Amino acid sequence: MSLLERLRTGLRRTADQLRGRFDGLPDARPAARGARGGAVAAIDTLDALEEILLEADLGVAATTRLVEAARDRAGDGDLRSVVRAELLRVLDAANPAPAPAARPRVVLVVGVNGTGKTTTVGRLARLVMDAGERPVICAADTFRAAAVEQLEVWARRVDADFVRARPGSDPAAVVFDAISSGKARGRDVVLVDTAGRLHTRSNLMGELDKIRRVAGKAVEGAPHETLLVLDATVGQNGLSQARAFLESAGVTGIVLTKLDGTAKGGIAAAITAELGVPIRYVGVGEQIEDLLPFSPVEYVDALFESGW
Amino acid sequence: MFGSLSERLQSVFAAVRRDARLTPESVETALREIRLALLEADVNFKVVRAFIDRVRDRAVDRSVLESLTPTQQVVAIVRDELRALLGDGQGGLPPSRQRPQVVLLLGLQGAGKTTTTVKLAKWLERQGRHALAVSTDVRRPAAIEQLRLLAGDAGVRVHEPDPGTSVAARAAGAVESARSLGFDVVLVDTAGRLHIADDLMGELETLKVAVEPSELLYVADAMTGQDAIKSAGEFNRRIGIDGVVLTKMDGDARGGAALSVVSVVGVPVTFVGDGERIDDFHPFHPDRLVSRMLGMGDVLSLVEKAEQVVSREEASRLELKIRRNDFTLQDMRDQLTAVKRMGPLDRLMDLIPGMGGMASQMPGDVDPRALGRTMAIIDSMTPRERGRHQIINGSRRRRIARGSGTTVQEVNRLLKQFVEMRRVLRSVGAGSRARKGKRGRRAAPLPPGMGFPGR
Ligand SMILES: Nc1nc2c(ncn2[C@@H]2O[C@H](COP(=O)(O)OP(=O)(O)OP(=O)(O)O)[C@@H](O)[C@H]2O)c(=O)[nH]1
Ligand SMILES: Nc1nc2c(ncn2[C@@H]2O[C@H](COP(=O)(O)OP(=O)(O)OP(=O)(O)O)[C@@H](O)[C@H]2O)c(=O)[nH]1
Ligand SMILES: [Mg+2]
Ligand SMILES: [Mg+2]
Repeated sequence: MSLLERLRTGLRRTADQLRGRFDGLPDARPAARGARGGAVAAIDTLDALEEILLEADLGVAATTRLVEAARDRAGDGDLRSVVRAELLRVLDAANPAPAPAARPRVVLVVGVNGTGKTTTVGRLARLVMDAGERPVICAADTFRAAAVEQLEVWARRVDADFVRARPGSDPAAVVFDAISSGKARGRDVVLVDTAGRLHTRSNLMGELDKIRRVAGKAVEGAPHETLLVLDATVGQNGLSQARAFLESAGVTGIVLTKLDGTAKGGIAAAITAELGVPIRYVGVGEQIEDLLPFSPVEYVDALFESGW
Repeated sequence: MFGSLSERLQSVFAAVRRDARLTPESVETALREIRLALLEADVNFKVVRAFIDRVRDRAVDRSVLESLTPTQQVVAIVRDELRALLGDGQGGLPPSRQRPQVVLLLGLQGAGKTTTTVKLAKWLERQGRHALAVSTDVRRPAAIEQLRLLAGDAGVRVHEPDPGTSVAARAAGAVESARSLGFDVVLVDTAGRLHIADDLMGELETLKVAVEPSELLYVADAMTGQDAIKSAGEFNRRIGIDGVVLTKMDGDARGGAALSVVSVVGVPVTFVGDGERIDDFHPFHPDRLVSRMLGMGDVLSLVEKAEQVVSREEASRLELKIRRNDFTLQDMRDQLTAVKRMGPLDRLMDLIPGMGGMASQMPGDVDPRALGRTMAIIDSMTPRERGRHQIINGSRRRRIARGSGTTVQEVNRLLKQFVEMRRVLRSVGAGSRARKGKRGRRAAPLPPGMGFPGR
């Protein structure tokens, strides 16, 4: 399967629902000439569109933009292409900053419990290797039972360096070790898995702070990227998680997992529109090849073009 | 959990109580507020609509409005309907006649199944029932190892077949072994799966046939809100489930999921998980939740929570004292020590009568230093002073302040708070017996040490 096909399969539930609902819309073409003579989409249609988008979890900010676009540009083509173009604009607005040139580059992976952090780190290592770089995988979840063993299995699968923590030891110390080891061996990237923590727990958020400080001492400017892993099936609570982690953990990008499990894949648009953080990767299954670099165009295509 | 919903409902009722007379219009205003509060808490909108209609039908009735105690009656109607909404589930896991009783835990990826398996085993152990756990997750890396380690820490026995044993054979082997070793219950942890993954749902069907579970528990991440409930419904259609366990209630889940489970899926919430520790796990009691939501406090939950750190005798002694209004400063000190051992204080807040509303006034975590100062103040008192706070006059206060390294103001504040706390505890200790002539209850102040210095 090509990357695009995987993405399509992963987004099928969202796309199917959108398609079904769009098909059910009253005629989307301008129903009448507006007061000022311009083309105006029927109010009923706009209301229905708004509902569809909210239901797909696009959130209020993105939905408002799309509905306004539909209202103002109803003459530019059918509703789908207007909505599609505006959605692309929303997603494109949050462009990821280019990866800093540090070596090793330290990537911290954070998020609440069970969202897919460990799985993401394992699969990221593989993407890094595919790009011709050499990663060190760092297991800094010293809290959850068998978190280290779980990541070790992934490290073996992709055949990457692995630095483990002893259970109960200080996560920041392991991060320091992993970075030192990466430096000594001339590795390009250090991928750090952290323990799941609820965004509402201030003491645990403080632990992340310490990890960041220690990483910064080990290599200039670290962590260079902080990826927040969000479970797409969680929907709008993801926004509340993202806000908290943005505020206290310096998140630079989002990994949206379990897209295969939801008809609410619109959460990607909600995140970029409301928070301005780019989506960097999406997870569309549990297998190693199911983590995909995120591309707004492909995402929008997968939503609007599979079988329409 | 349910903090903001409870707050909203409590303020609606406070407003209702202020009205001397109820009219259909004021009932309607209150209903609108209740509706909003429920929607905001993420309760399914169909459930809300039906709920409001039922309350309105019963409340806007002349016999209610013209009765001597219209507000109490309206509150009672809301309470009844909330209870109906939540079902009459008793929470927990009732024993079955099956020997051993087989329980399957299933749900989406990362919902908390493995953790819940061990939490449940430990809970059963406390009920005097012995559980054997088994993992059937042969897919996720180190899933079997995770169960083994968690169970090991908690002192829970795990069935460990040879690697390579099939999913159904792992579970069946556990049942066999439980039978011969005399375990009462077998807890089967399963791999996470989506209800749309046909092959994996087929695997569950096979598993079900192989071990004939008496209970299928669907484990759902409460942060998922409505969607968690929808997928529970899908699992129910395909496999059939008997109950829902809501996990991660310690997050900012708004609780609406819990309130919609019975109406939407038709099965009760049996347990809730509210933390990563094995003891962060409780049977779900709709009754107590309702009184808590309506601000009636919940002496029972408080006592139960206390039981985990205080002995049973000690707890019933305390309850008796509260009822008799014999609660002393010494008791308060004992309680604060226990509270310190119980873990995060803010969790206890909504268990304490009338305090639900106070939790929101505390930015973040409770200051443990303030708790320490309160303890120091009490420690500087004589045993007689601790038993009879009335005798603590001005010169005693000055001495206590010096002895504890605090100020007279702080001592005064503590005593004032103590008196107020006693008052509230008494009104709750009196139970739900009609409090005639009493119009509404004010929220209690924070118990000393749970506030901030200088407040
Ligand atoms: N369907 C699906 N499942 C996924 C995806 N990503 C991860 N998972 C599954 O989600 C579950 C949790 O993943 P983990 O990687 O252990 O999550 P985590 O965030 O490290 O969890 P904690 O460390 O316990 O907080 C596992 O069963 C994964 O296989 C995805 O994109 N799609
Ligand atoms: N804060 C909090 N975390 C919880 C709770 N229950 C489980 N967790 C955490 O959630 C994460 C996932 O829990 P697991 O028990 O591994 O979930 P699972 O359903 O077995 O996951 P898979 O087997 O990968 O599908 C872990 O980090 C747990 O510690 C809870 O009630 N509160
Ligand atoms: Mg992990
Ligand atoms: Mg598991």
